[in-house]
Amino acid sequence: MPEVLLDVQNLVVKYKSKMREVRALDRVSLAVDSKQIVAIVGESGCGKSTLGLSIIGLLPMPPALVETGQIIFQGRDLLRVKEAEMALFRGTGISMVFQEPMSSLDPVFTVGAQLQEAIEVREKRTTHKSYGPFKREAPEDGHGVSGGAMRMFSFRVPRSRQREALSDEIVQALEKVQIADPKTVLGKYPHELSGGMAQRVMIARALIERPSLLIADEPTSALDVTTQAQVLQLMRSLRDEVGTSIIFVTHDLAVAAQVAEVVAVMYAGEIVELAETREIFRKTKHPYSEGLIGSFPEKYKDQGRLETIPGDVPDLRSQLVGCKFNPRCKYAFDRCIAEHPDLSETEAGHKVACFLRYPR
Amino acid sequence: MNELLLVEDLTKYFPLESTILDRVLGRRTLNVHAVDAVTFALHRNETLGLVGESGSGKTTLGRTILMLERPTSGKIIFDSQEISGLKESELRKIRREMQIVFQNPVSSLDPRMRVKDIVTEPLRAFRDFDGKSADEAVNRVLEAVKLPEDSLTKFPHEFSGGQKQRIAIARALVLNPKFLVLDEPTSALDSSIQAQILNLLRALQDDYKLSYLFITHNINIVKFTSDRIAVMYMGKLVEVGETKDVLEHPLHPYTLALIVSVPRLDPDKKIERPPLHGEVSSMINPPAGCRFNPRCPYAQEICMTTEPEFREVVTGHFSACHFAEKLLQASPTERAVE
Amino acid sequence: MRMRSRLPIDTKEARLTLRILRSSTTTMIGLVIAVAFVATAIVLWLTSDSILPYNPSSITAAIVQPPSIVHIFGTDELGRDVFSRVMAAVPIDAEIPFCVVAIAVSMGLLTGTIAGYLGGLVEEVIMRVADIFLAFPGLVLALAIVAALGPSTNNAILALSPVWWPGYTRLARGETLSVKSQQYVEASRAAGHGARYIIVHHIIPNIVPVILVYATLDLGVVIIIFSVLSFIGLGAQPPTSEWGLMTVQEEHFLSSAPWIPLIPAAAILIVAVGFSLLGDGLRDALDPKTRSLFE
Repeated sequence: MPEVLLDVQNLVVKYKSKMREVRALDRVSLAVDSKQIVAIVGESGCGKSTLGLSIIGLLPMPPALVETGQIIFQGRDLLRVKEAEMALFRGTGISMVFQEPMSSLDPVFTVGAQLQEAIEVREKRTTHKSYGPFKREAPEDGHGVSGGAMRMFSFRVPRSRQREALSDEIVQALEKVQIADPKTVLGKYPHELSGGMAQRVMIARALIERPSLLIADEPTSALDVTTQAQVLQLMRSLRDEVGTSIIFVTHDLAVAAQVAEVVAVMYAGEIVELAETREIFRKTKHPYSEGLIGSFPEKYKDQGRLETIPGDVPDLRSQLVGCKFNPRCKYAFDRCIAEHPDLSETEAGHKVACFLRYPR
Repeated sequence: MNELLLVEDLTKYFPLESTILDRVLGRRTLNVHAVDAVTFALHRNETLGLVGESGSGKTTLGRTILMLERPTSGKIIFDSQEISGLKESELRKIRREMQIVFQNPVSSLDPRMRVKDIVTEPLRAFRDFDGKSADEAVNRVLEAVKLPEDSLTKFPHEFSGGQKQRIAIARALVLNPKFLVLDEPTSALDSSIQAQILNLLRALQDDYKLSYLFITHNINIVKFTSDRIAVMYMGKLVEVGETKDVLEHPLHPYTLALIVSVPRLDPDKKIERPPLHGEVSSMINPPAGCRFNPRCPYAQEICMTTEPEFREVVTGHFSACHFAEKLLQASPTERAVE
Repeated sequence: MRMRSRLPIDTKEARLTLRILRSSTTTMIGLVIAVAFVATAIVLWLTSDSILPYNPSSITAAIVQPPSIVHIFGTDELGRDVFSRVMAAVPIDAEIPFCVVAIAVSMGLLTGTIAGYLGGLVEEVIMRVADIFLAFPGLVLALAIVAALGPSTNNAILALSPVWWPGYTRLARGETLSVKSQQYVEASRAAGHGARYIIVHHIIPNIVPVILVYATLDLGVVIIIFSVLSFIGLGAQPPTSEWGLMTVQEEHFLSSAPWIPLIPAAAILIVAVGFSLLGDGLRDALDPKTRSLFE
């Protein structure tokens, strides 16, 4: 029986500026089980990145504001936890990988140094061993100054035995992510790496930190398609070998099909369809999901034009009563304009927010 | 002549900055081999899809054909005229016939200019437009891209991404060119908008009798938009042929790898084993022999010593692989994956 | 429906800028000071002293009078009304710095954009020449030129402009480089436009806001430097009313009749700070991050 690792309940996040208020997330609820990959799919402005940032607590507040909701992780509500405690969750509890791998890597430290740091963070938290240059003799004792001043000047001088053991683990992690020459890469700086390599280093770091949950925000959007194929496979093995659950945020439905067991389709700050991957593609229920799938060039069948969804991506500033997709929906009827459809389970394990699909 | 554009052995190298010390010591300047001896033809009213990943040189090729960069060597024959050696003043007349649409709709429109000025700008380079005919041209082209008339007085930031790209397309069309380079025109757009723009481009091609060089990294898009495909790897053309032929019977291992790597909308068709490993090699010091050999799953000794010739393997289907014939005999893509 | 503006200005963006400016008290203070300063200068320049309560040069017997209802700022050792003198100085203290900054900006824009856009040898030459000017400490260079030409207000302009223009060249070149790499410039080239068109229609309109911010900040500094020149005796000459000159000439009254030297000095300070605050506010207002907070 898979256990629920993360439970987002009724999350409402607003962005406030002097002139107006925008609902980036409108009553979003989502559960992620352990060892599960969930894809959040949507176009720009749908709120998928905001959702990822809310979970790991990296929303810029202000201008962002969490109005209501709960994010339950390891028994705690992350929204009500103090920043100091939240910091402890990051890295080993919840980790994040971004679209631009360069922005997650510190440009003044080598790859090796940053992976080393990941090990230290993990060790400090799991074994309560002190790590650093001023460590005392016996590994068992809980003391050991962590050498704040030494750390400030990035003097990491572990003992040679430890150094070997650490190096081995780092090299292994790099090998696991299929980096051809790990020892050379260890000495490189982030700007010397290509996009694909940098993203693999990020995954290596995740392998080392062994987070329970990894939030990947469009991790392959900036990569070549051949590199993307490799990275997607790495993510699957991350889940298989380490047991990390992944929330995979993407705009590309095909990528979601490749990597996720569960897909949540978002539109204008809401989840409009939530089901197992196969269900979403075989028994698509929401008109938006249908439109998205249909407009894929892969679905082209010589009819001279691609299927499109008329209109433009929604303006979150507009206060629409009723279904937010109705202006662009070819099936819209009166109820869609007047009332708002909530996400409901119309079939076992398949939720959708559309009056068309509700049982009469 | 049916060929609107003929590119022969086109090469573009970008020299790396050398310091004074390098010059004093007599070191050779290093070059980035962005485009290397590319040869192909573009027929009238055809769309040639130029496919490649980062480092392939596809964008540089597009820009060099338009003479936005001076070629290092090689010929560009546009509408029966050799243009690669022309001076900027002579090129001006020809520029009317060839235009470009860029990938990023935000940076391709001057944020301080109104739409009317943006779209009229190409007209202002040529004297034969007066106020009235300019207005007519602008209105016509705005209608063609389906933008409302009141767009003229607005600024780019008042539009969505897809609409901005329509403005860029309108600007490219206002001079009534024959040839359009489309440099990843939909890559920065949302999927639902992408389909709209692709449909628009297709319709415009018929109305305006245009020929397109459609640059993209997405093989799926190429299937919808292009009559023929050209695949590039590390500055070289590795395969050219009719779309159907290339996609169903690729004659180069790289093309095959590209096709296999594209994620499908079917969760039961996962890419279990990514076909390619590693990264693109150094563009400054490309590998000897076939540039793809370090990553090619079929590489043999000859691949590391001799550069394969770009030749016609089957009528109209070209490949730069020593073993193209072997690939021809293999079964179509679906099964070739194994 | 409202008539859309025909000007080449984006009214929506302009209104956003004004909104941000209005929201900051310090910026508004700066704006008020700057506007008051410029308005006074223009009015006085047009009416040439006739509206002042007293003739600033008329020597009277009422010497060294402390501030009173009759003389708001008191009188100096020649019986001249300090208030009238301080006001009479405004046109000069406005004209010179504005001229200097205007010349510096024009020269800087011209050379900087050409250097940035054309690159190569042209860029090298222009930037090295600018470097040579920048190598001299500003005040020293100004002093040297004035000493050579002879002290006067006009020569002060000639002396100060060479000090300021290289800074704008540097700034303009840097901004040009970033605009040059934008794809709309390439689209322009693809349409057949040449360097002149692109610089005039694309580069300059896009870098003007940044230059404007720096020019505003600079004005305060130039006012001070000009006053310093006069203070040393190489700027405005007596009996002209000029704040720097007034401060130095009456320095000996600092302990006995402090209003005479201190009020002109305070005027310099207030105006310089005012422009500084305004410039700061403008810079914040043009920052895309702050703008998105106000939309």
